[in-house]
Amino acid sequence: MATVNFRDASRVYPGTDRPAVNKLNLDIGDGEFMVLVGPSGCGKSTSLRMLAGLEEVNSGSVYIGDRDVTDLPPKDRDIAMVFQNYALYPHMTVGDNMGFALKMQNVAKEERQQRVLDAAKVLGLEDFLNRKPKALSGGQRPRVAMGRAIVRNPQVFLMDEPLSNLDAKLRVQTRTQIAALQTRLGVTTVYVTHDQIEAMTMGDRVAVLKDGILQQVDTPLNLYDTPENLFVAGFIGSPAMNLMQGTVVEGGVKLGDYTVPVPRETLKKAHAEKTLTLGIRPETFSVADDDDGIPIEVELVEELGADSYLYGILAGFPEDEKLDAPQIVARIKGARQTPNRNTEVRLAIDPDHVHVFSDDSLARLS
Amino acid sequence: MPRFLSAEPDTRLLALPWDVSLADWPVEHLVALPRGISRHVVRFIRVGDSVYAAKEVVEHLAVHEYRLLSDLQRLGTPSVDPIAVISGRETPSGKPLDPILVTRHLQFSLPYRALFSSGVRHDTVLRLLDALVVLIARIHLLGFLWGDVSLSNVLFRRDAGEFAAYLVDAETGELHDRLSAGQREHELQIARTNLFGEFCDLEAGGLLDEALKPLTLVETIEARYRELWTELTAVEEFAGNELHRVESRVRRLNALGFDVAELDIETSPDGNSIRIQPKVVDAGHHSRRLLRLTGLDTEEHQARRLLNDLDTYRFRTGQWNVDQAVVAHKWLTDNFQAVVRLIPQELRAKRDLAQVFHEVLDYRWYASQREFREVPIAEAAMGYVKDVLIDLPDEDISADVAAADLGQSPVNPYDPSQGFDDDNGEQPYDPWEDDVEDEDLPAPFGGFDIDTLRAGKKG
Repeated sequence: MATVNFRDASRVYPGTDRPAVNKLNLDIGDGEFMVLVGPSGCGKSTSLRMLAGLEEVNSGSVYIGDRDVTDLPPKDRDIAMVFQNYALYPHMTVGDNMGFALKMQNVAKEERQQRVLDAAKVLGLEDFLNRKPKALSGGQRPRVAMGRAIVRNPQVFLMDEPLSNLDAKLRVQTRTQIAALQTRLGVTTVYVTHDQIEAMTMGDRVAVLKDGILQQVDTPLNLYDTPENLFVAGFIGSPAMNLMQGTVVEGGVKLGDYTVPVPRETLKKAHAEKTLTLGIRPETFSVADDDDGIPIEVELVEELGADSYLYGILAGFPEDEKLDAPQIVARIKGARQTPNRNTEVRLAIDPDHVHVFSDDSLARLS
Repeated sequence: MPRFLSAEPDTRLLALPWDVSLADWPVEHLVALPRGISRHVVRFIRVGDSVYAAKEVVEHLAVHEYRLLSDLQRLGTPSVDPIAVISGRETPSGKPLDPILVTRHLQFSLPYRALFSSGVRHDTVLRLLDALVVLIARIHLLGFLWGDVSLSNVLFRRDAGEFAAYLVDAETGELHDRLSAGQREHELQIARTNLFGEFCDLEAGGLLDEALKPLTLVETIEARYRELWTELTAVEEFAGNELHRVESRVRRLNALGFDVAELDIETSPDGNSIRIQPKVVDAGHHSRRLLRLTGLDTEEHQARRLLNDLDTYRFRTGQWNVDQAVVAHKWLTDNFQAVVRLIPQELRAKRDLAQVFHEVLDYRWYASQREFREVPIAEAAMGYVKDVLIDLPDEDISADVAAADLGQSPVNPYDPSQGFDDDNGEQPYDPWEDDVEDEDLPAPFGGFDIDTLRAGKKG
């Protein structure tokens, strides 16, 4: 087990100007499950490959434990990578399917068998070791892939989108298993995904990247509750946070004919900015009993279980601009107060749950 | 209603049972062909007189692979031809099904399991490995990171005395402007593991010659790749009076089957030393030349063999001063087509015609040696048909040579990934699978539940 540290680590691909990873500083604790998440091209896989030694670090450094591994070849880094694309070999037993890479590294047979047995115990596959993989169910197969990494007893597990080719049901099942397994093994894990749901449900902490730059690293709940900038605010959460630009007025920010109250000290941080963007999570809205709320034209109502989802736009847009008006989503608890389509409602806001962002720096002000 | 994404729509596809999970397709649509193993459900399907490969896979991967295979085709890479992605599938009861990616079955192709099944000679294995190495180097020159180099993801075609390898799975591929050393190392690391696993699997199934050791094989592949990559891309420095080394580098690359489209040459200010590096290198040196001269589209080594025969023909008929294109045209009629005309229609599924011509040339050489005379090409062709071709198996759609010889039969003849009928004990108990059925599915709109997360331990 070990900590992992990126220190101003950058990677510039030949023939490009913009670094794929730009001065990454990230400290991963011993035994921590760190998820790197972001849209395609954000640098998450490159960061992982830099840690794996598969991608050159052009400047800065990477540490595993106290060792500077920046210039070490992959095989000397004591890491194990779990790939999304794994094959199960039909002629080999489940045990051999888990341990064959050790054979490639010339690990002695007895030790190989012991390590495979230990891994199989952790994975609940002990009784399958002498069976052929065809005996395995869809849910057991990814565990063999995990087993291949576990038998190597690495200091760090690296996982690059290991669930991306599984169907929805298996993905949920395997996601839970990987998270539970990681907790049990306590091995430092760096996990790359483009899927924020995976990130939020699996990670002890989540690092959000965009265009090669680390946007924020924090626990899933802190990312959700206090996103540091507009990108993180829009990226984390599903349905996404409503981001609405409004005009700064005395005591708040005006959306339609309604002024959302914003504390004076927050407005002060905005200096001379004329507009600010307010972020409001769909579930923090409620339908207002009076005129105290943002006016919304309801376009669609979706009932899902106990809750309903309201989709609409800010009221007051001229007819020809409605198509371009930003959509607002509200999750209303209980079907009791659900409004109808094509009506206008006011959505009340809890001022404690309004996120305020600068339109200049895109950073959080509240 | 299923949706078809296709650049060249094949209307015969419309009538297929897209509302049925691919694993349950009626056998009348299926063809049992040997192939590699796969994590997804893959079937060969017969559509009229064509054979296609169908793979059921999640939507973003299906579309990604379709586009990448189209790009690879456009770049002239030996890879399978994508036909369509069929998405929006659902069962009659409305249950959604994953999309299916359809690719064209590569004619005269041989999956490695077919080549290895009846035991294989040591030098044949080395030729197969060389073909794989050339394929990896070729795609790397184009900036393509495969992400899943394995024998299962390759098809081989006969190429004169060698093999040509084709990429058949681009699911994990990425196309870049060019690859960094790190990306190529990554590829090699995956290749080592995958190939080692596959060789061990062949060994476990009794399909690998005992003289062949998995570790030696993967080390050979890696070493040969590095050697080839160095020859293709490395900087070479020499003294200013050794200018012939520029030409010899180009000749060496041509001999390996590559054209040099751009060569970077730097001379030191005093002119005492020269530094060269190939910048743009294209595979297919001989096949392009043959195509230009004769219109014949062949594999690289076949092209080299045919071009050699063309040169011999030119010499023998005393046409050194005649325009090359004119001689090529005469050679095509007098030699190549003369042989082709002698191959009975019913035997043409055994080998592609360029391969037949190559084998006829071999046959003629041995016949001439044996009989101390110059055997005419037409006579050699007739002898070859009678003595050799007639006994060869059909390879246009490779025959099913699954492991039946070894007393093992596949659980499902249409799916080798399911293993063999050799392991039918009772299913052991697995506590991890206990509550699988109760597992909460993700919310149908794809959202996640923040309340559950707040209540949970993490965060």
